[in-house]
Formats: sequence, C-alpha cells, structure tokens
Amino acid sequence: MATPVIVTRALTREFAAAGGKVRAVDALDLTVARGEVVGLLGHNGAGKTTTVRLLAGVLTPTSGSARVFGLDPTADGVAVRSRVGVSTETPAVDDRLSGRAGLTAYADLHGVPVARVRARVDELLASFDLAEAADRKVGSYSRGMRQRLALARALLHDPELLFLDEPTAGLDPVAARAVADRVRALRGEGRSVVLCTHDLAQAQALCDRVVVLEHGRVVASGAPAALAAELGAGMRVRVVASAPEGVDVAARLTELDGWSAVVTEPGGADGGLAAGVVTGIARDAEAVAEAVAVLVGAAVRLYAVERELPDLEDVYFALHGRRPAVAGGPAPAQEGQR
Amino acid sequence: MNLRAVRAIVRKDLTVVLQSKAVLLPIIIVPLVLLLVLPIVASFAPQFVNLPGAGDLRGMLEQMPEAFQQRFAHLTEAQTIVTLLLVYLFAPMYLIVPLMVASVIAADAFAGEKERRTLEALLFTPTTDRELLLGKLLSGFVPAMAVAWGGFLIYAVVANAAAWPTMGRIFFPTAMWWVLALWVAPAVAAVGLGATVLVSARVNTFQEAYQIGGVVVLPIVVLLLGQATGVLVFSLGLVVVLGAVFWAVAAALLFFGARGFSRSEILSRS
Repeated sequence: MATPVIVTRALTREFAAAGGKVRAVDALDLTVARGEVVGLLGHNGAGKTTTVRLLAGVLTPTSGSARVFGLDPTADGVAVRSRVGVSTETPAVDDRLSGRAGLTAYADLHGVPVARVRARVDELLASFDLAEAADRKVGSYSRGMRQRLALARALLHDPELLFLDEPTAGLDPVAARAVADRVRALRGEGRSVVLCTHDLAQAQALCDRVVVLEHGRVVASGAPAALAAELGAGMRVRVVASAPEGVDVAARLTELDGWSAVVTEPGGADGGLAAGVVTGIARDAEAVAEAVAVLVGAAVRLYAVERELPDLEDVYFALHGRRPAVAGGPAPAQEGQR
Repeated sequence: MNLRAVRAIVRKDLTVVLQSKAVLLPIIIVPLVLLLVLPIVASFAPQFVNLPGAGDLRGMLEQMPEAFQQRFAHLTEAQTIVTLLLVYLFAPMYLIVPLMVASVIAADAFAGEKERRTLEALLFTPTTDRELLLGKLLSGFVPAMAVAWGGFLIYAVVANAAAWPTMGRIFFPTAMWWVLALWVAPAVAAVGLGATVLVSARVNTFQEAYQIGGVVVLPIVVLLLGQATGVLVFSLGLVVVLGAVFWAVAAALLFFGARGFSRSEILSRS
C-alpha cells in the first residue's frame, strides 16, 4: 500500500444521549492510502459523518487515535484542515450570498494567495458550470447547483485529501454523473478521496476500496469486486419461466428452503416469450437445483435460470442484520476483516 | 492570529446580515426612532409647556437631588425641559442602540448560521476556534459601534438644530455624553455580544438566541427607571463607573462564552 494519508486506531467517539451514551464511532481502525478512493458505506447513523468530523479535527475523539498526513487532527487541526477539503452532507452554502461571494470568502478563509483568489474562483465556477450564475444569490440555485458549489468550495485550496459526504444526494442522474466524473478526475490527479455514500452503485463504480460501517464499526472492507465475489457468491438468481394457470413461480420459490427475497420483476414478459421474470437469492447451487426440479414438476416451462453477478448491493444486504458485538462482547471487526 | 481569515468572516457575516429583513429592520428602525424622531419631538416639548401633563416634568425635576436641580438653575423653563429630556432622560435609551444592534447581528452570526446549516462549512476551514470567535464577535461589534457612533453624531446634529430656537447655542454633546458614547456604548455592545455567545451555544435558531439574549436589555430598563425617578441620576462620574461595570460584566460573559465556543462543543450539541 502507498503511504497512508489516514490511519486510525481504535478511534471512538461517544455522544451523550437520553439514558446514557451513544457510540457513533466504535473502535474504528481505518487506513487510506495516498491516491486512493475509499467509500464509507452505511445506514444513517452508521458513523460516516462523525468519522469525517473526527478526521478533520472538528470533533475530538473519546478515545483511540487518528493521524492524517501523520498529524493528530485534534492537536493540529488547522494544519490538517489546510490540506483537506470537505463537502458536507448538506451543501452548507449561504443562500444570501452570490456563488462568487461565497467562494471568495472561503478562498480567504483557506488561505488561497490573495493574488490568486479571483482567478481560482473564476476557474472553479467555470469548471463546475456555475459561471453564468456566479453573481446570483445562492438561494435561487437548484439543488444540483448548490451541491456543485459546495464541491467547488471544497477544492478551493487544492486539497490533497477530500471528504465527500453524500455528494450526490438529491441530484438528478446528469448532475450525479458529473460529480462521479469529478471524483474520477481527482483520483487521476493523485488525490485521496473518502466518499461517504448510500449509493452502492456509485461506490462500486468509483471506489478502490469500500468500508462498510454499522453502529460505528467496520463490518466489512475491501475492493468492491472482491467483496461482492466473496460475500455475494451464488446469491442472485434470475428465472425466466412460463407457468400454467394457477401456478405462481415466485410463491413456489419462496416456499423452498434456501430461497429468499424472491420477487416477480415488473414488466413480466421477457424476449417475446410471454414468460415472467422472477429473481431471488438462493443459498447455494443445491437450492437452485431443487428449485428447477420443483418448477419442472409443476409444469412450469423454464426458458432460463441464470446466476447474476453479485454487486455491492448484495454485499450490503448480506451484511445488513449482521450486528457487531455489543459493548463487553467480542472485539470489533477491523478493516480487512468482516 | 490569521487576521485575513478574521476579516473574511466579518465581511461574509455582514454581507449575509444585510440581506436579512429580520435582522436589518430592527437595526434601522430602533436607532431611527431613538436617535432621530425622539430628539425632534423633545425639542418641541417647550411649546407644550403649559399643557396638562407638562407639569409632570417639573414635578420629576423637583424630585431629583438638589445637586442635580442646580444644573438647571441658570436655564429658562423651556431650556430646562429640553435639557432634561435630551441630555438626561434619553441617555439610557441611547445605550439600547449598541446593545440591540450587537445582539441581533450576533444572534444571526452564531445561532442563525447554525439554523441555516452553514456553520459546519466554516468549522472545516483552517482557522482556530479563537479566530472563528473573534470574527463572529467583530461581526456584531463593528456594526454596533458604527450605528451607535453614527447615531450619536445624528442625535447631536438633530438635537442642536431642533432645539436651537429654545437653547440659542450648541449645548450638545456634553462631557457626560462623550463618555457615554465612547466608553459605555462599546461596553454595552460587548455585554450584548457576550450574552448572545452564551445563549447561542445552547439554542439552534436566530429567534431563540435573540429572544433569550434580549434579557440583557433589563439593566438598561433599570437605568431608565432610576433616571426617571431620581434614584440614579446620570452624571459624568456615574457614567464612568457605569462603563466600568458594563465592561466587567462583558468580560465575564465573554470569558464564559469563549470557554464553550469550540468546534467539538458546537458539533456535539447540534
């Protein structure tokens, strides 16, 4: 692995809550290499945003340690933040300022050389397709424009490491594609990116590595394809079939041992065969063989039984429900383990 | 200290503040009424000196300490009324201006920014907590003093001009008013800022911060009542002491407010 830009060891952050304390980040061990795009995946409350805040030195950890560029974010917060760009979950842009005024203010705050501020702001406005709206109040911007402005702001000082928290949340597909292209470009420039996202397809497409968090703990980590192959093996099966009157293929599969999440795909017909399409998750090849036997026995005409390639979504849902050990229980999983 | 960053915060906050009617209206209307309309009305008070009710002012003056009454010994009745109103009774009201402007803008800069969810972006900048706090405090202090001193100037011009037929000379500002404007007004603005910083750490909206922080106007009300009843008559000496007291209170409020102002605290509470 190249030189790590982020290393955390047993990083923990607790918050006071009614009736006790809540651990938002729980003994997190994480390493991000220079030039790597790492996805932090997890539900709301999984600890993604808190992790970003801890690494940027705006939140102090309860215990454990973090190093960003070899610096302690708590003690050297200013130095860390001068090399880090953050795009927060909500764009956090001032509605009452123009796009240009907002960027100019933040260029000053990030210490962009005075002589470069105007050019840098213009360059980013153009680069994010905001030049025409630059002097309009941000309050009149669309959600996509605000998101792009927040991204432009995160890049003002040419940071070596970027934290992008849900950068495509609420964006239309075109705007989301533009953000994805931008992340690829950043990786191409050798920058490290930590991408917090719910968008599993996006994580699969963009990330060199993903880290799945649940209740502040790492429950899985690795390259998206490797994780999918490992955790999603033999799972999703697609059945194209024509059933006689009174036979429900999906219902028959659901009744079988080793099958779950069986659904009839909307639209039904496949390839002009007047056949329905049913997908489900089979435990293993034996479960698939048994299903074929049962369906043939029920006079169902089978046109195809295909195993689809598993993706991150399969991994995510396979992990969902796998609760990490509670406090006082076994040691938490570390990155690289499941 | 990164002064460029501090200036950037002040500039940004003031630009944002000037776009908000909820913030801008009180900042314009209150000084306008207290420092422009009231002195004009007060300057015409001698014309109503024989009307029922005018005796209240004479009665009020008679309740004042003997030493205070001596200040009016060489004045005509009309001049006494003008001087009593413009120099003494309105003096505590002048202090409302820096207090209110500082509190409104600070409430917007601290709690309002939390409410608009723009504070987080500021927290991720390479500034120290102290620079952030200083920037936010100056965002309230600079306009408060600009309005207070600008208002003082306008009040002086209006009072002298409107009361010229009665006074026949430039009688304002007095030494007491110079001290009030240059020593007490900044202290009162600092009290407003300190109270707002303390309150803003515990609330999440501009309105909450402004309303709860509004209790700091009570000492001014006490001064008004004290002045009107003769219990606390403004004089040069009293105003100097008053300024020192307000500075001490401001220092305490800012000390405790600054202690709670850290990124981690702000994010832990939000």
